[in-house]
Amino acid sequence: MKLTGAQVLIECLKEQKVDLIFGYPGGAVLPIYDALYNTRGITHILTAHEQGAAHAADGYARATGKPGVVLVTSGPGATNTVTGIATAYMDSVPLVIFTGQVAASLLGRDSFQEVDIAGITMPITKHNYIVKDAARLPHIIREAFDIATSGRPGPVVVDMPKDVQTALIEYKPDDGRPMEWKTRRKWYEEADNNPENIEKAVELINKCTSPVILAGGGINISGANRELREFAEKIKAPVCVSLMGMGAFPGDHPYFLGMVGMHGTRYANYAVSNSDCLIAVGARFSDRVISKVEAFAPKARIIHIDIDPAEINKNVTAHIPICGDVKELLSGLADRVAERDESGWNSQIQEWKQDHPLKYRGKSALSPQYVIEKLYELTEGKAIITTEVGQNQMWAAQYYKYSEPRTFLTSGGLGAMGYGLGASIGAAMGRPDRRVVNIAGDGSFKMNSTELATVSKYQVPIVQLVLNNHTLGMVRQWQDLFFQGRYSQSTLGPDVDFLKLADAYGIKGFSISSNQEVERVLKEALSLNEPVLVECDISPDEKVYPMVAPGAAIDNLID
Amino acid sequence: MKYVLGVLVDNHPGVLSKVSGLFSRRGFNIDSLAVGETENPEVSRITIVVDGDEYIVDQLTKQLNKLINVIKVSVIGEDSISRELALIKVRATPVTRNQIVDIVNIFRAKVVDVNRDSIIVEITGDSKKIAALEDMLKDFGILELVRTGTISIDRGMKMVKYIRPNKEEGLYYGENVL
Repeated sequence: MKLTGAQVLIECLKEQKVDLIFGYPGGAVLPIYDALYNTRGITHILTAHEQGAAHAADGYARATGKPGVVLVTSGPGATNTVTGIATAYMDSVPLVIFTGQVAASLLGRDSFQEVDIAGITMPITKHNYIVKDAARLPHIIREAFDIATSGRPGPVVVDMPKDVQTALIEYKPDDGRPMEWKTRRKWYEEADNNPENIEKAVELINKCTSPVILAGGGINISGANRELREFAEKIKAPVCVSLMGMGAFPGDHPYFLGMVGMHGTRYANYAVSNSDCLIAVGARFSDRVISKVEAFAPKARIIHIDIDPAEINKNVTAHIPICGDVKELLSGLADRVAERDESGWNSQIQEWKQDHPLKYRGKSALSPQYVIEKLYELTEGKAIITTEVGQNQMWAAQYYKYSEPRTFLTSGGLGAMGYGLGASIGAAMGRPDRRVVNIAGDGSFKMNSTELATVSKYQVPIVQLVLNNHTLGMVRQWQDLFFQGRYSQSTLGPDVDFLKLADAYGIKGFSISSNQEVERVLKEALSLNEPVLVECDISPDEKVYPMVAPGAAIDNLID
Repeated sequence: MKYVLGVLVDNHPGVLSKVSGLFSRRGFNIDSLAVGETENPEVSRITIVVDGDEYIVDQLTKQLNKLINVIKVSVIGEDSISRELALIKVRATPVTRNQIVDIVNIFRAKVVDVNRDSIIVEITGDSKKIAALEDMLKDFGILELVRTGTISIDRGMKMVKYIRPNKEEGLYYGENVL
């Protein structure tokens, strides 16, 4: 069957069971948009900006576990997705980004809207392609999806020159043959899979006295939350999580320690610092977790379980490395370790928990932490929370209790302000059965608030919470603590009337200025099945505590 | 310490920039890099000399292996042959010409061009040998020097080789890959 390159793309998307794509048309993708015009079964969401499309596809992918698909034009269309691609790369999110490109004959001539997006995205993609031979297009698209979704997931860019989109090529449906790239890497993946190390890990776990589990985003990606829970309950080990690990372990479980690291709980940081056996699963020991390397888990033998061999010994030396899918490995480990009884270690943890709970001062009329606690209560922990970056993100991690994977979507590695609103759109579209709330600060919300246009256009029923302190709160916090309160460029002032902004987009707006109003307003906002913006007027002096100063040991906290 | 890595990659345009880009963004310092086609025209081999410790080599190997176009990475051991080639243009007068040729002969290098003012010397060998010749020729005046990166091969039956698993099925890896 002869089809144009553009039609082949559509057929291949159907093969991959893609039913939703996010994008923005332009000159170099017109043939694809034309092919999309009569296509049934694939919904295209038109965002306000390509960055929003990339974040929305990312939110969709994180919320559903399916790959997110982005379609944009060449040049600025492609460069606008770069922050979204980098976010997905840092947090291991499967995205396939199709970018239009000028015709092959115009390549390299600085043609109108020509940019070397493959060159630009090389360090922030798992792989990328420029399709030069149209006949290879079906293979490349299949391979792109395969690469994006297998092993440690990540974004893949496919740059499609315009003449490839219009070329007539032979299309044969996928025969399901294994991809060569995967077959030939087997030796590498297997080389690192040392069964002896599993034995060693079992032995170490059986004889240690103070085990702690550090769960990362890998648990959420591979859906190993049940295995993790069984394992932790069998060995009676407390579980702390990285920011990406939120949802890997029930937030209301007695063994849950919350987040570890820079804004971790005191008890999580104490537990790691005093443990004699740290079991890190699907976590990559980011600098925000370990802070001072020499002082991190100084008494512990470290078992590091991860699918990516390059993470082993990268930031922290692992005494026992185990490579592979954490879901399989955890259930294997859980079968083999001996059941333990709760011990003095568990009572020590409980004591730390009682002595050093997360606390906020409650001096101001409206506490952001209280807003998030109420949000947790009212949604019964079942909402999908997306966040922006900064104080809002940390409070959302500390005060909402996540109980299952794919319910806390945040730009962890890249820390991209402007991520949350786009992500909430994608998440709401992927999981229409869930309430989706984007927790934002006023600074990060303003970065991509243009996406309210998308929210309005598609009537995406998200709740947009804006914790408005009229400042860049986290920047101000650092300036307070480390720069003698010199608030250089971090004061935003009352520059935007958010309720009027919402109104301009036809979105219902609410405002909260005291703790007493929180429950009533949130209840009402959550009860509406339509887009809502809730502005919370908070004090600029609210801080995220506890905090580990940069470069300090994690048991040395400020609060 | 210097380590030599043999890296098999897809012989496609753009693969080299993916590999070299990795070094700069991960902060690895490389001494030299040489690339060329292998006995299999679909596969190129890159020889990388890197100055570092075991941590660097471990990370480098793992990060290289993550690139989709990288087929195989091996650390070339002690029991191996390493060569590089240099072309050295030396100032030569009728008085010094013979002295230069004598030195060149001692090093088993070759004179490949002579004219009134200069001589071009070709030498192959490991870095030390080339450095030694360079040192000897300095006194005459080196006008120009150009050298390749090191290439290395293990002795005996230890090989850096890739046998494609699905050859008979005709499944091949696209030349579109960057």
